[in-house]
Amino acid sequence: MEFFIQQLVAGLTSGAIYACVALGLVMIFVSTDHINFAQGEMAMFATYLAWAMIDVGFSYWMAFVCAVLLAFVGGLFIQRVILKPLETAPVLSLVVCFIALLSFFNALAGMLWSFTIKPFPTPFPPKDIFGNGLVSAQQLGIVAVTVIMLGILTVFFRYTTLGLAMRAAAQNASSARLMGVRVSWMLALGWGLAAAIGAVAGMLVAPIVFLDPNMMTGILVYGFAGALVGGIGNPMGAVAGGFIVGVLENLVGSYLIGNELKLSFALAMVVGVLLLKPAGIFGQVIVRRV
Amino acid sequence: MAAILDVKGLSAWYGPIRALYDLDLTIEQGGVTALLGANGAGKTTTLRAICNMTRRAGTTTFDGKDISKFTTEDIVRLGIGQVPEGRGTFTGLSVDENLRLAFHIRKDRAEAMRDMDLVFELFPRLKERIKQQAGTLSGGEQQMLAVGRALMLAPRLMLLDEPSFGLAPLIVQEIFRILKRINVEKKVSMLIVEQNAALALELADHVYLLETGRVVTQGPSELVKNDETLRKAYLGY
Repeated sequence: MEFFIQQLVAGLTSGAIYACVALGLVMIFVSTDHINFAQGEMAMFATYLAWAMIDVGFSYWMAFVCAVLLAFVGGLFIQRVILKPLETAPVLSLVVCFIALLSFFNALAGMLWSFTIKPFPTPFPPKDIFGNGLVSAQQLGIVAVTVIMLGILTVFFRYTTLGLAMRAAAQNASSARLMGVRVSWMLALGWGLAAAIGAVAGMLVAPIVFLDPNMMTGILVYGFAGALVGGIGNPMGAVAGGFIVGVLENLVGSYLIGNELKLSFALAMVVGVLLLKPAGIFGQVIVRRV
Repeated sequence: MAAILDVKGLSAWYGPIRALYDLDLTIEQGGVTALLGANGAGKTTTLRAICNMTRRAGTTTFDGKDISKFTTEDIVRLGIGQVPEGRGTFTGLSVDENLRLAFHIRKDRAEAMRDMDLVFELFPRLKERIKQQAGTLSGGEQQMLAVGRALMLAPRLMLLDEPSFGLAPLIVQEIFRILKRINVEKKVSMLIVEQNAALALELADHVYLLETGRVVTQGPSELVKNDETLRKAYLGY
């Protein structure tokens, strides 16, 4: 039983990180119908920025906040400079563009900071919360940071007019323009938010997997699985999907298939969802009249 | 009276297909102008071209300002509210959110709140359904919501694309009565596209008749109402 609870907690912890990655993917998908394959590498790069700031003497939380802000500005910049000129480009051009971004950030991080693995500090004490070896402060901290971020995003999208304008732009762009919403800037804001969320995920996961330019590759697959399981058009669903994937992956890994095959399990989930319920668990099936 | 909207030599295209040919059109301050014509005459295109929602050429002057090169968003922010074809409902947002979206561009929050009260006074049915998802509203309610959304922008000119489309006669009458009130009480000028010519002529003081992207004739609505040949040929009654 104790082992089960430990695995469950570990699953929720990695689920929190997958949820962040999934949310970043969905944030861009709902307004543009594109999957940003560079989501993971952007997060990795922001994590390196945080590492560099800590290295020159910033406190952890100072570096954390600065990295999130830099990621936000970076995401905004990428949308404005690289993607806006491609607004009417065919989808394959965009896929190529996302893959280019992915290898660009990967190579740039390697060039600036080398490909050797680095330790990344954690702000949470190496402590056992209940004194029974079930939940560590690190695990609780990761879930707490994720939940706080989700709370802030929920408030932003539900209770501010800017959040409302972003939702309107994602739902019906031409009608949003007729309400005076600058749709193109809303897309840029979406990119900024997605990059900032990614940065949080990167910094949360780096102490566990260690910092290196390829650290997000596997996590992106899990995040993608989370987004698909929950329903790629639905932010809440993506978050739930992230947690579901995290827990399932851990339980299946420790009881059934062993840790080596965990990533294959995520891929199997992607294929399974696409075959059986393409809209995801919480997704809406879009019916179009023809 | 000074013109609030003055359009000169307006042309528009959908891809390679030309839909409007050098259209001239003037709307007087406080006036209601109807744009009539058969399907495909270019009525909707005219509204879209005024708001720069399609490839177009020609000059548009709104309240003395040349807005030909403005983006749709900026044109709207200047005070042109469009009630688009198909109603443009944000189906996933609540009725309340559909209306509050205008707060995004309103600097005068207190005034905006009063406009919201006015919308609920004009359309009590929207108030009853305030928390409901807009996609679940009936066609008539969605049309009311579209008019309400445009009204929330505090427009000085409203462009209305077939507000009667697909609605029961009673609802249509109610909506046109309210449009009249908006025109008189809020001094909002209007350009209204209608298939239902008789209805539009009731509300409008001026009429433009379009055929295949050109103005065939124009004049005070009395003139068109009383011209039997025109009516029979173009309006079908």
